[in-house]
Amino acid sequence: MPFLRIALWLIAAVAALPLLVVLSSLAQLETTIWQHLISYVLPHVLLNTLLLCSGVLSGVLLLGVPLAWLVAQYHFPGSRVFSWALMLPLAIPAYVMAFVQVGLLDFTGPLQTLLREWLGQDLRLPTVRSMGGAVLVLSLSFYPYVYLLARNAFASQGSRALEVGQSLGLSPLQSLWRVALPLARPWIAAGCLLAVMETLADFGAVYVLGVDTFTTAIYKAWFALFSLPAATQLASLLIVVALALIAIEQWQRGARRYTPAGRPPAKRQLHGWQAGIATAFASAVLLAAFIVPLLQLLVWVVKAGWADIDARYIGFIWHSLLLASMAALVVVALALLLAYTRHRFPTRSTQLAVQVARVGYAIPGAVLAVGIFIPVAWIDNQLIALFGLHAPIILKGSVAVLLLALSCRFLSVGLSPVESAFQRITASQILAARTLGVHGLELLRRVYLPLLRGGLTTGVLLVLIDVLKEMPITLMMRPFGWDTLAIRIFEMTSEGEWQRAALPAVILVLAGLLPVIILIRTGDKQSDE
Amino acid sequence: MIDQSVLRASSIAAILLLALTGCDKQEVAAPAAPAVENKPAAEVVVYSTRNEQLIKPVFDAYTQQTGVKVTFVTDKEGPLLERLKSEGENTQADLFMTVDAGTLWQAAQQGLLQPVESVSLQQDVAENLRDPGKQWFGLSARARSIFYNPTRVKPEELSTYQALADEKWYGRLCLRTAKKVYNQSLIAMLIATNGEEATEKMVRGWVNNLAVDPFPDDTLLLEAIAAGQCEVGIANTYYFGRLQKTKPDIAVKVFWPNQGEGQDGVHVNIAGAGVTAHAHHREEAVKLLEWMASATAQNLFADSNMEYPVNWAVKPAAEVSAWGDFRPSATNISKAGELQAQAVQLMDRAGYQ
Repeated sequence: MPFLRIALWLIAAVAALPLLVVLSSLAQLETTIWQHLISYVLPHVLLNTLLLCSGVLSGVLLLGVPLAWLVAQYHFPGSRVFSWALMLPLAIPAYVMAFVQVGLLDFTGPLQTLLREWLGQDLRLPTVRSMGGAVLVLSLSFYPYVYLLARNAFASQGSRALEVGQSLGLSPLQSLWRVALPLARPWIAAGCLLAVMETLADFGAVYVLGVDTFTTAIYKAWFALFSLPAATQLASLLIVVALALIAIEQWQRGARRYTPAGRPPAKRQLHGWQAGIATAFASAVLLAAFIVPLLQLLVWVVKAGWADIDARYIGFIWHSLLLASMAALVVVALALLLAYTRHRFPTRSTQLAVQVARVGYAIPGAVLAVGIFIPVAWIDNQLIALFGLHAPIILKGSVAVLLLALSCRFLSVGLSPVESAFQRITASQILAARTLGVHGLELLRRVYLPLLRGGLTTGVLLVLIDVLKEMPITLMMRPFGWDTLAIRIFEMTSEGEWQRAALPAVILVLAGLLPVIILIRTGDKQSDE
Repeated sequence: MIDQSVLRASSIAAILLLALTGCDKQEVAAPAAPAVENKPAAEVVVYSTRNEQLIKPVFDAYTQQTGVKVTFVTDKEGPLLERLKSEGENTQADLFMTVDAGTLWQAAQQGLLQPVESVSLQQDVAENLRDPGKQWFGLSARARSIFYNPTRVKPEELSTYQALADEKWYGRLCLRTAKKVYNQSLIAMLIATNGEEATEKMVRGWVNNLAVDPFPDDTLLLEAIAAGQCEVGIANTYYFGRLQKTKPDIAVKVFWPNQGEGQDGVHVNIAGAGVTAHAHHREEAVKLLEWMASATAQNLFADSNMEYPVNWAVKPAAEVSAWGDFRPSATNISKAGELQAQAVQLMDRAGYQ
């Protein structure tokens, strides 16, 4: 089917366009700025970035994998609620999480103020505005990527391998380590990749937490030294790193197959202290990553934000949800197309195309936004000149172009779960369907879609929430008057009015919950049947 | 087995798409509308880094008075500059508005603005708060001053920005991050008046005196001074004004530095604007600019954020006046743009993060 492969390359080309704009800057090297950056900026931001990424990687693994294992394998008090509630922290943008945690935990926050009243005014505790704090905050923000994907893996991997392990005398912990984890590796790696790419691209959270990373250097070159070329040159290094990370993730998957054998495992009941530890662990994570931050935001809303609410918020919520739903469906449809093509034609070139299409996620949003805006504006200008139009804009400021730009950024987020889900499809399932005369679209509808359901739902969910939180691309590409909740947050925080930003932030979290709950409940009902 | 969640999702999408086509008629983006020829109601389009809650009341008042429609879009400095640049002649923007002089200077430098000959702007805007090349004009002044905790510091101990580098402030100073343009402008202006060498020495002294890593914003910094984490720091006055509103008895006071003879006065940056090089509504844009700088609108513009008018004849808001009078720097604020890159590099060298 050449159509599929043409579509694949077309998508990859569009996704690569902003990257090419970024890379084209390599032609003009600004020596003085580079000398300055190399001497005074890059050494410590590179070290910081390395530390932060490895810290966040460890953090999301330590939180995401055990939690996923617990809810996928066991019943314990609250496990049904935890299984969906543990992904709620995704709905809090990392930059919001950062300013909430600083507000709570810094010297002037309620916790330290109280401790000083009890233990004396000279008490000095380590500050959350530090590398350690940044690792903690970003891990709490990004662990749901790993949790969600790993939970999918554990729930769908079939019980046979675990049963064999047990019959050979493996303890539950040993069978997790030696059987379940190796079988879930593509999922866990995909989640880690998302977490690390998001860490690389983050600017808002590390700014609040006072940790200068590679992204900080990019913004410094651009906003402070007024050199967009130097900034994009730095960003192109980030593209190289992202490609390397994607290649590693693909390589570790190798030629292995991860098709399931046996029915999904029946959950077992935890008792006594084991159940206590499971509940305590899950509650602690949920408290730290979601409930306490949400409460702090609510306190700020009550103290500072109520006055700001007006009828326009209906528009902000509507725009946010509309944009996020549309983008989620577009991205997951594209991801399905890419992953399916790659599944059918697993050649090197299709693999390369899919990998290129993912890089947009690791580039700081504002840089990607410019990379998209420049070609779009150029096309507009050409069209206007060509046809002698009076309209000042054609493509720019249309919802379609905004959706395209968001797709460039979030394709990776949609691809990770969908690609992982393809790993569970056995060749014999497809063969059997064909033998029964199921072909073409019918095959997609009756065989692929049901088998991919978990992955598709996860993809829609992740992209939806990511778009809700997205700021720089929406800022630059939005049509006039098309403000969203994330843009409200920007308006408040741009002058440091963090507490007033709590209102749009809380509404953003609540708005994000709605689709999350609908989708999860659908998914859970079906898996229980 | 039919996939319910996917089905449900796609039906939601279908509804949303229908809704989108139904209710989002974009007046601006419609390619077929020959907007220029039909002589529509007068309009000005503004690209602004000053945020919505500060500019919307001003524009609404203008529309009410004149009937001229003001459309605006907000974003950060860098993306807006790139947007103007890549749109070229086809830009919709008539005015470019920012919250610091550096970005305006940069826009003028890149040929994105055009000079405006206006007697009223020359009269209303203080001379050092507008571009000598007449491409941009200050609309409100933002004083960046010294704040101290009155239970630990006597005002007699304070004198200038430079004196905060003195060893006696070791472990007592709080600063905001050097990544914020307000600090970059302050250092640029200090370079302009005292030279690079002396300024670098001063910044090294500041860094040495820090009680804690620099803060991401001025509010946290002022709260840290009040809580005793440090005793003295540098912040924009309107952050202090905001804090006073929520905590009237906060243990922080303002000190106006560099007031002595031969000293340059308090550092003042601007929020300001300029007419874009390819403005389609040039006359309307100039009128709006003149109105915002006029005595009638200056309080509306400045008071919304407890800033100072750029028109020295206009009195600031009562709560702002209560902080007392001071002599602002007389150096032209365009230096903040000219020397910004130099200031950033200086701060990097001195280890000011």
